[in-house]
Amino acid sequence: MKKIATGNKAVAEAVKQIQPAVIAAYPITPQTEIVEQIAEFVSSGELKSRYIPVESEHSAMAACIGASITGVRTFTATSSHGLLYMHEMTNWAAGARLPVVMANVNRSIGPGWNIWAEHTDAMQERDTGWLQVYVSTVQEAYDTTLMAFRIAEHNDVLLPVMVNLDGFSLSHIMQPLDTVETGDFLPPMYLPHAIDPKNPAGYGGLTGPEQHFKFRWDIERSMRDSVKIIDETEKDFANRFGRKYGFTEDYQCDDADVVIVSMGTLGKEAEVAIDMLRREGVRAGSMRLRWLRPFPKLNLKGKEIVVIDRDYSFGFGGVLAKSIQAQQKTDVFSVIAGLGGQEVTYEDIADFIRKRRIGEEFWFGVNDHV
Amino acid sequence: MFEIRIHSRGGQGGVTAARLLALSAIHDGKYATACPFYGAERRGAPIVSFVRIDDNPIRIYSQIKKPDMVVVLDASVMDVVDVLNGLKKGGKVLINSAHPREFAGFSSSHADLTGIALRENLVVAGSPILNTPVLGALAKMGIISVDSAKKSIREMFTDERNVKAAETAYREMSA
Repeated sequence: MKKIATGNKAVAEAVKQIQPAVIAAYPITPQTEIVEQIAEFVSSGELKSRYIPVESEHSAMAACIGASITGVRTFTATSSHGLLYMHEMTNWAAGARLPVVMANVNRSIGPGWNIWAEHTDAMQERDTGWLQVYVSTVQEAYDTTLMAFRIAEHNDVLLPVMVNLDGFSLSHIMQPLDTVETGDFLPPMYLPHAIDPKNPAGYGGLTGPEQHFKFRWDIERSMRDSVKIIDETEKDFANRFGRKYGFTEDYQCDDADVVIVSMGTLGKEAEVAIDMLRREGVRAGSMRLRWLRPFPKLNLKGKEIVVIDRDYSFGFGGVLAKSIQAQQKTDVFSVIAGLGGQEVTYEDIADFIRKRRIGEEFWFGVNDHV
Repeated sequence: MFEIRIHSRGGQGGVTAARLLALSAIHDGKYATACPFYGAERRGAPIVSFVRIDDNPIRIYSQIKKPDMVVVLDASVMDVVDVLNGLKKGGKVLINSAHPREFAGFSSSHADLTGIALRENLVVAGSPILNTPVLGALAKMGIISVDSAKKSIREMFTDERNVKAAETAYREMSA
């Protein structure tokens, strides 16, 4: 049956399909609908998970960690200040090598108090050892949540995965959704270091200077190995269900002189800007970055590069722009746009490309040259 | 692409109307998206929702600035909101009204959605339900098919009075 669903509902539908053993979550705008829908599924019996309505996000992640280390599937969802509140525990989940899956509905950080889309919340988690993926449609939110469990649990990865969707612009938009039966797409979870509660053991004891760095390196080794696992998983998903994704979604990039790089819903709207520019004779393309961690090798050689950051690292620059500049060893035009839900249309995006000034940074709505 | 902006007040069902309209278009074999604009909404405050319908997947997330059609579920919002703002020249207006209303330069239609809801006893917490009868009016205007409208309503509501209200609006409205 053809369905229509919001981004939030799509995530909840994916979780229902996966049937994690334990879900612990705390509601926060604009993620609330995920938690509500999951609670309804649990209440109706469609979702057989143990649902723990915890008193805070810190506890939500702690509960997922405690459950996950017994070798079972866990899920949580949060946003913005909720994500920051669980920061200590997000580090712990990655360090303890637990394949927790979390949906994060991207929202700005206050003050000023603002509930709309921005990527700064997830960016502040980018060095924790979590894999991070950013989606742009309701269908992609559903599909990627399904894939996240398989990638996280693969024994060459064993790291948590954060699925990011833009607050309101994706979490609350209603679009068509095809749901699938996953069948054996997701193999049974096997956690090699699982604790048997009947035969308890402890993890995370004092680790001396002669050992600690080995654990850190092991996270990085798995992060590098995850590239292959992500690729395999996405290919298998495409074979089974007919929808293909990838590390980036490239639109008209092959013959492009200039490529605009962005994430989330802006990356989808950018395609409409590219269609406009192509009609004007401008050879432009759009590259929508899906996976931020592991950060993929981007195929941008010989192109002029424009980057939209829906985030900012104060005293440094747009996180994406700086990362791409370093990887490509070339200057880019860095656009800071969409902070706190700032309206950015495809016409604005076309203007960013038309009026690019390689090597410079531009805050949309602050300077007045676009 | 056909872009529709729906004006209502918080609690009147404008968001659900947008959802039903998009779902009906999908049942018609088209692509559609629906999104409310989220601000500091509360019951009674004027709100807008957006619906886009196209033959191809829709990649636009920003707000509709130049709609092809405006739907006004509550005429009283016109005291505080310029509902015609940005409406394309010759664009369609559908207003919930018992009497014809003319909007110069636009193609004006009206339907007595409140009257139909009251006659069908479609009242929740003292407010008439407008989001299901409006689908009948939209079907009469050719935006969606009447079969898809009824199918969408049945998927979201078990109470058949909703379908009846849409049928009444379809039958009574002068196209």
